[in-house]
Order: sequence, then structure tokens, then C-alpha cells
Amino acid sequence: MSVGVVDLHAAERAQAARTTAWVVGLTALLVATVVVGVGAGAVGVPPGTVAQVLGHHLVGMPGEVTWSLPQDAIVWQVRLPRVVLGVLVGAGLAVCGVALQAMVRNVLADPYLLGVNSGASSGAAAAILFGFGSGFGEHALPASAFLGALAASLLVLAVARSAGRVTSVRLLLAGVAVGYALYATTSFLVFASGSAEGARSVMFWLLGSLGLAQWDLPLAIVAVVVLATAMLLTGWGRRLDLLALGDETAHALGTSPDRFRIVLLVVVALCVGVLVSASGSIGFVGLVVPHLARRAVGGRHVRVVPVAALMGAVLLVWADVVARVLLAPQEIPIGIITSLVGAPFLLLLVRRLHATTA
Amino acid sequence: MITAADVSWSYAAGPVVAGVHVRTEPGRVLGLVGPNGSGKTTLLRLLHGALRTPTGRIEVDGDDLAALGPRETARRVAVVVQEPAGESTMSVAEMVLLGRSPRLGTFERTGARDRDVAAASLDRVGAAHLAARPYAALSGGERQRVLIARALAQEATHLLLDEPTNHLDVRYQHEVLALVQDLARTSGTCVVVVLHDLNLAARYCDDLLLLGGPASGGRVVAGGPAEDVLDPALLEPVYGIGVRPVRLEGRLHLLFEPLARPASHQPVSQPHLMEETA
Repeated sequence: MSVGVVDLHAAERAQAARTTAWVVGLTALLVATVVVGVGAGAVGVPPGTVAQVLGHHLVGMPGEVTWSLPQDAIVWQVRLPRVVLGVLVGAGLAVCGVALQAMVRNVLADPYLLGVNSGASSGAAAAILFGFGSGFGEHALPASAFLGALAASLLVLAVARSAGRVTSVRLLLAGVAVGYALYATTSFLVFASGSAEGARSVMFWLLGSLGLAQWDLPLAIVAVVVLATAMLLTGWGRRLDLLALGDETAHALGTSPDRFRIVLLVVVALCVGVLVSASGSIGFVGLVVPHLARRAVGGRHVRVVPVAALMGAVLLVWADVVARVLLAPQEIPIGIITSLVGAPFLLLLVRRLHATTA
Repeated sequence: MITAADVSWSYAAGPVVAGVHVRTEPGRVLGLVGPNGSGKTTLLRLLHGALRTPTGRIEVDGDDLAALGPRETARRVAVVVQEPAGESTMSVAEMVLLGRSPRLGTFERTGARDRDVAAASLDRVGAAHLAARPYAALSGGERQRVLIARALAQEATHLLLDEPTNHLDVRYQHEVLALVQDLARTSGTCVVVVLHDLNLAARYCDDLLLLGGPASGGRVVAGGPAEDVLDPALLEPVYGIGVRPVRLEGRLHLLFEPLARPASHQPVSQPHLMEETA
């Protein structure tokens, strides 16, 4: 095979270098963000001390303890699990957003489109207001939220499949319909319980919070699921490219769009279900970050997915810092922060999108 | 070679394709022509398994199409479909590289050879200079060429095109079809192309299949060498318009008579001849 007039190798190298630069830069930013995120809060811990505590626990360096025990507890027991959860939730929402936007060929799709968060909310409301899932002990809330998410995704899949082929429009319609029905269910549960305090807890949960984070099994599950999902979606990068171009194109290039869409739906629903169970519904991250990632490294999903994961992680940890610090010692639900920042940002994106394509 | 034997397909409204036989030959261009709704595109989609599963039997190089998976089908049959690319931010080179998908494992990355093939394909269609451009910024004719390059990158022995001249100006229509014809001649590819414009079909197709659609129960009205099929006696009842063949420098051209008007309108004093504009 003779090399044509055009050299695609150089272009590929340039693209790869650009992606590497973004990944390296974002990773450095993420490390700095984690240190700042662990230090910030009602009781501040200087970044130097945070680094020392982290180093001491992670790699045994420095070996000598020069900080107070409360500082150690705040950093290692209270703040770090919370920041780690933030990293995982941000990354998870971002990659699921990327997958969903490819899957339904709509740049306004977000991870909650499939009704997963409405299902989780119903489950959470049932747990908070009526003690549903008490068999799971201290994990009753995330467990019943996850059951709700699972039920919602199965319902969406069943509705979308009932008409034969699973097209993106059917998936959208099924997701929106199931979402509204379950939203109504949640509202009804709140209304029926008649408990003002319970209603407030449900509200708080609906707006999202990383406050439940601690070193426990649910956090480990979130970590495994998010890492696996991100790796899988990166590996499926080319198939996502094809699906985003359209069903006919995907089929012409050897990927069955209907089958792949169902597989994707299962993977994404599982991941979002786990995320929502751990942190409530945190809006806009999964909608906005994919756009940022595509702007940074172009349209190929094999690059967009990892870059989106890093961007989502950085963004969510910062949002959580603001949520903790702004009205300290009171904590603002993180979903309020992400929506306040996300909404104008989205408007800006839409404006630029129209400016470039019109 | 793709052979279809006694293939039928019905939508809820009724049969679109009924008892059709197709046989493609290496190095030859087969055109599918017929009026709107005559099942040209349906037949093309059946031939590469995008519509499943018709009655009758379709074989690709002797193997049953229904038994080939989508990836194996895409290794043998490349298709240029008309589909808006949405909000794609991909470059032309990346678009053409996607043509390698059926040749790669699901988790396999594109390698040096894939880029060589993609570069050669772009070069082959005369679009090498577009490689770095965003695909979304191309004109209709440029897009068509890039999509053909993507199909070439599949290294398939069959090339199927669905109305590749849609929305192109005259010059690009001829450029695209001349390219397709040349691919068949030089690489021995079996080409099947759906066309609206009968004069383009006359010029660039070796064989034609004239489809009648629901009016004729989804049957093929005529099939064979292009000049035999483009016979006014066959075309007039199918299209419902008068056809006059003209020979210019040995080439067949078709001119179309004005449609008969209702009596209340001014009678047509002289039969005007107009070229079909598709």
C-alpha cells in the first residue's frame, strides 16, 4: 500500500499529542483540586498539611506525624471520602452524558434523560419517608434509591422495545414519559407522608449532596462501577462515533445500532443508578461537560470520554467546595451550584454552536 | 457478486418489492431506477442487510446474507448512505478512518496501515486536500466524495450507493458518477447505484433494473443492458410521461414531453421538449 499524497500519520500524532496535553494538564489540575477540596470547609486545613496527611496515609511519607489528630481525622475520615466521591460522581456523570448524547444523537441529552434519577428519587423518598428498604440497615437509602433506578431503567427499556426497534426517538419518549410518571410518584409520596422534616430531607436529596460519603462499601462500588464504565466507553469509542453519525451509517460500517444501543442503555443506566444512589441528582454536569470535552479534543469518542471524565471530576469537586464554603457552616445542595453555573454556560454554548453552523 | 433470487418485501401498506432477481457483476455498474416509491432504496437496503429479512434468498459471494453478521457484511459490501451527519465535529480524515471499523476488532485501535489505506482512499477520490477540514464544513459534492472514500477504506468488493447525486449541481453529479464508474472499471468492484435521473443512468450504468413499485405490485418492469431498458415503450407507462430518445454523438439521451393539460387550459400549440431535471 503506497502512502497517498496526504500524510495522516502526522495529523494523528498531532491529535494524540493534543489529547495527551489535555489529559496531563487535567490530571495535574485534578490533584491540585483534590488537595484544595480536602482543605476547604468550615474548618480550614492548609494545603501543605493536607498533602502531608495524604502522603502519610497513602505511601507512608512523611512517616512522622507533625499535625493534630483532629486535622488527621478531618482530612482522612471526613473530607477525603467526600472529595473522592465527588471525583467519581463527576467523572461518571460526564462519561454517561457523552454516551447518551451519542446514543440519542442529541446534544441536549443528559444522564437523567432515561428517567433513572426519577426512579432513584422515588426509591429514596420511599426510604426516607416510609422506612422502605430498612433491611439494608445503614445503607437503606442508597439501596432503595438504586432499586428505584433499576426499576425505572427496565421500564424505559421495556417501553422503548415494545414497539419493535429501539430508535433514539423512542428511547427519548420512553425516558421522558417514565421520568414524569416517577416524578409524580415522588411528589405523591412526599404529599402522602405529611412529614415536613421528611419532605425537607427528600428535597435535599433531590438536589444532590456528597455528604453521605465515607470509607465504606457503597463508595467502593461507586469507584468500581465508574472506572469500569469509563474504560468500557473509551474502548467503545469508535462504535460510539458510528452511532453518533446515525443508524444507517453505523449499520453500513458493521455495528448493529439497535443492539449496541440496548447494551449502552444497560451500562449507562447501571452507572447512573449507582451514582444517583450515592449522591442524589446533580444536574448539568453530564450535559455540559461533554460539550467542553469535544471542544477540547474533537469528535472522536476514544478521546472525548477520558477527557470528559477528568473535566467532570474537577468541576464537581469545585462545585462541592463552593457548596460547603459559601454559607459555611451551612451546606448548600450541590445541585444548586452546578445548575447555577451550568445554565448560563449552556446558553453560551448554544449561541456559539449556532454561530458556527449557521 | 451479490445475487438476489425471488426477493420480496412488504411494508404495512403492501408489497414494495416482489419476486425480484438481481445479479451484480465485477467491474460493472448496475443502476436501480424507477419512479418515487418504486422500492429502489428498499431494494438497495435489502441487498446489504439494513432491512431484514426478506423472503427469497440474497447471497454475497455465495454466502447467505441473512447468516452474515453486520461486521462481516461490511467487510464485503460498502454502502454510501444519505444521512445527515448531525452535529459531528469530526475531521474528514477521521471520517474516512471510520471506514476501517469493520476491519478492526471492537477494542482494537486504528494503526499505521489503517491510516495508509484511508490516505490512499482520500487520494483516490481526489479529496486529499480536504483531510484536515471539518467534515461538517464541506459542500455537498465534497461530502459525497469523502463518503465514497470512506467506503473505499472498507476494502470491500461491492459498493452500493443510494442516490449519490442528490442535491448536487450538474458538474458534481457527473464527477461523482464518473468516479464510481472508474472504480468499477479499474478495481473490478461490483457497483449498485440508485438513481433518479435517467440520463445519468444512461451515461454511467452498464445494466439497469427498472422498478415499477406498488403500481406494478413491486415487480421489476425490465432489466438488462442500460440501452435496452431505456426504451420509451417500457418507460412511458411506468413514469406516466412521454419519452423521446435522442442520439448525440452516439450517446443516448432522453427528452421528456410536456404533460397533457386539462382542456380548460390553453392547448399546447407545439410539443415542447424539456430535459429532465430530476
